[in-house]
Amino acid sequence: MEKNSLLIDDEKLLKENGFNDHFHEHHHDEDPYQSNFFSKYVFSMDHKMIAKQFLITGMFWAVIGAAMSVIFRMQLGFPEESMTWIKPLLGKWIVVDSAGVGHLATEFYYALVTMHGTIIVFFVLTAGLSGTFSNLLIPLQIGARDMASPLLNMLSYWFFFLAGVIMFLSLFASTGPASGGWVAYPPLSVLPQASSGSGVGMTLWLVSLTFFVVSVLLGGINYITTVLNLRTKGMSMWRMPLTVWSFFITAIIGLLSFPVLVSGFLLLMADRSLGTSFYLSEIFINGQALDNVGGSPILYQHLFWFLGHPEVYIIILPAMGISSEVLSTHSRKPIFGYKAMVISIASIAFLSFLVWAHHMFMSGMNPFISNFFVIFTLIIAVPSAVKVFNWISTLYGGSIRLNTAMLYAIGFVSMFISGGLTGIYLGNSAIDIQMHDTYFVVAHFHIVMGVAAFFGMFAGIYHWFPKMYGRFMNETLGKLHFWGTMIGAYLIFWPMHYLGLAGVPRRYYSFDVFDTFSQFQSLNAFITVVAICTFFLQIVFIANFFHSIFFGKKVTSKNPWKSNTLEWTTPIMPGHGNWPGNIPTVHRWPYDYSKDGFDYIPQIQPPLEGETTESH
Amino acid sequence: MATVHKDRIDYRNKIHPHKLALWVALGSILMMFVALTSAYVVKRAAGNWLDFDLPKIFYYNTFVILLSSVFLQMSYKGFLKGKEYVYKYMLVAAFIMGLAFVVLQYKGWLALHSIGIELSGNPSGSFIYVISGFHALHVLGGIVALILALVFAFKLPYKPTYRRKNRFELVLHYWHFIGFLWVYLLLFLFTQ
Ligand code: HEM
Ligand SMILES: [Cu+2]
Repeated sequence: MEKNSLLIDDEKLLKENGFNDHFHEHHHDEDPYQSNFFSKYVFSMDHKMIAKQFLITGMFWAVIGAAMSVIFRMQLGFPEESMTWIKPLLGKWIVVDSAGVGHLATEFYYALVTMHGTIIVFFVLTAGLSGTFSNLLIPLQIGARDMASPLLNMLSYWFFFLAGVIMFLSLFASTGPASGGWVAYPPLSVLPQASSGSGVGMTLWLVSLTFFVVSVLLGGINYITTVLNLRTKGMSMWRMPLTVWSFFITAIIGLLSFPVLVSGFLLLMADRSLGTSFYLSEIFINGQALDNVGGSPILYQHLFWFLGHPEVYIIILPAMGISSEVLSTHSRKPIFGYKAMVISIASIAFLSFLVWAHHMFMSGMNPFISNFFVIFTLIIAVPSAVKVFNWISTLYGGSIRLNTAMLYAIGFVSMFISGGLTGIYLGNSAIDIQMHDTYFVVAHFHIVMGVAAFFGMFAGIYHWFPKMYGRFMNETLGKLHFWGTMIGAYLIFWPMHYLGLAGVPRRYYSFDVFDTFSQFQSLNAFITVVAICTFFLQIVFIANFFHSIFFGKKVTSKNPWKSNTLEWTTPIMPGHGNWPGNIPTVHRWPYDYSKDGFDYIPQIQPPLEGETTESH
Repeated sequence: MATVHKDRIDYRNKIHPHKLALWVALGSILMMFVALTSAYVVKRAAGNWLDFDLPKIFYYNTFVILLSSVFLQMSYKGFLKGKEYVYKYMLVAAFIMGLAFVVLQYKGWLALHSIGIELSGNPSGSFIYVISGFHALHVLGGIVALILALVFAFKLPYKPTYRRKNRFELVLHYWHFIGFLWVYLLLFLFTQ
């Protein structure tokens, strides 16, 4: 079909159909939000600046978190090699023996694994992903001037920052940072006698994450209120882009699940410092009996995973929303099954509260209760599969632009399929008895959550970079970054399935006492080498990102991707309030691509002559 | 299309965004307590549990916090109807009852202590301390909000503007929520 380009004069549309909310009358000469350096770049209340703050802080943490994994991978891949060369950085955590061979201290290995998980899950994939894109896109895509409460929004970022500072300081504690795993199970996490990381490191970990939850809640309250209250005229819920839907539902899950984690932490803190025994009972340690009786460590696991499982969807839903938007825009086709997509997001969100105990099949929980969780866990695969089907159908027959954003969105779908399938294995309690706490689980969640969410984030960054900085990122470097990361990620995590099937347990410092596992030494070395290469490949991304901020190709038109959503009707570098004059009004859903012979019809375009809208 | 604008977001405000934000936040607070009470149920089912009767003072105290809610509601009605004295002095009454609630909760903890239930004893007792203590913390937050409301009431000239009504409603809703949260917690502990 020959596609015409509708001649869209969005200036004219905004003027004639836009809605005058008298916004600019309030801010006469001087914009109070951006009047000096501090209020513009540091304590900014502008959602676009806060989005950038979340993004760059998230990138900082991503580098730290990934670097930690490189260090513990060296231990796993090359346990015999000396690590003395890294002693200047790690100090006493490298123990040098009489022969001059340096090894990673065992406690520090656990600390690294713990910090890696905590940092990537919370600081990078929750704050860095959802914080960045919810802030950037919610107001822009629903036609709002800013968030419902710019002040709370700013506080949300600064609580995240504070959480980060505390976590960072904990890395320098003389007893080491928390080292009981990112899940911080008691009794290990309660008793400093049990592990040096359970001392001050654990205290700082708890304080930091409590501030982090405050940040998530403040952000979430804002996202929900903004979506419900500040949509522009014509922007009904069923006309919202899938990005906004996913951020909205993510915020709801966060508000329902993070408070439960706080309660779990509250009891943990009481056990640590007030002498209560919520999680402790009849413990012998260093030959001494503690007088704590009556508690149950399983209780913590319930509270933790009631957050923990929804948390994995808090991470993946924004990536899903971003990928849906990118896939549709760059295949010039409406998203396949828009309503089914929304309903799937909502049902995944609902079901995510009913499956938490699939992380606890081996905790000694009643096996009949396990049945309930097996069933709901398997049901959650249904809406997940619906989404996958719709993404593939969206691609099918499209006029695909294979740019970096699109590649990452496709990569996201690939990763989500590969990792989702192994989830179905794990969801069967009978199989999980064998697989639990092996590298099979590590492979599962790194592919489905870690890599997939990173890919969604990269897709978002490459796609919306022009909106954030008024310039493009370099495409050649972008593609190099994509293919290298894609291949690297599969080479790192795919082999872990085999390790797991053979029973290799996760979180072990070394396997030298298990003869059966020595056959995997070369595989482990291979994984480590690829991990190091993939880590250093990210320099390409970071260099591309920062170089393009200042020297990238300039964006010359408002709508470089010929996209339908409202953010592309703002000026190339929107100021405070996003639209200089009227705010746009909306006349259609966001996915009118290749419709009635037109390549794209933006949401601000009123019905054309003889056109039927809302046919989806 | 709106012709008068009270503030920049008036064109869609079925509910004022700050109020909606408060309700959403109350949902989160509720989830914290739902988690604690669920933990209570799970722990009790796991055994090694010590049963005892809750000191009576916790029951009496329920009236104190509910009465405080009633006073605040009357103050709000006075504010709307232009009865400045009702507005101001009912606000004071609500504040005093709020303080009394916290003091009486403290007495409740002392009463627990006197029947040998310690914070660091069997979790059945620790739960009471932690749940009521965490609730009291939220009451203290409400008291801070009441102090702000008092400052507004006594320092500013009386003027029932849209903004002040809205601000008052935020305090009002939070305070009612805290009161009913206590009723929920007490009924929960009573029926368990
Ligand atoms: C098709 C749907 C899925 C099913 C049926 C499923 C099932 C499971 C099961 C049963 C486990 C526990 C394994 C064990 O510890 O023995 C698990 C672990 C995990 N899953 Fe999934 N999963 C699914 C999708 C996802 C998604 C979409 C994410 C994240 C975006 C995710 C993230 C995780 C994480 C982080 C863990 C490990 C947590 C830990 O122990 O540290 N899963 N999954
Ligand atoms: Cu799960």
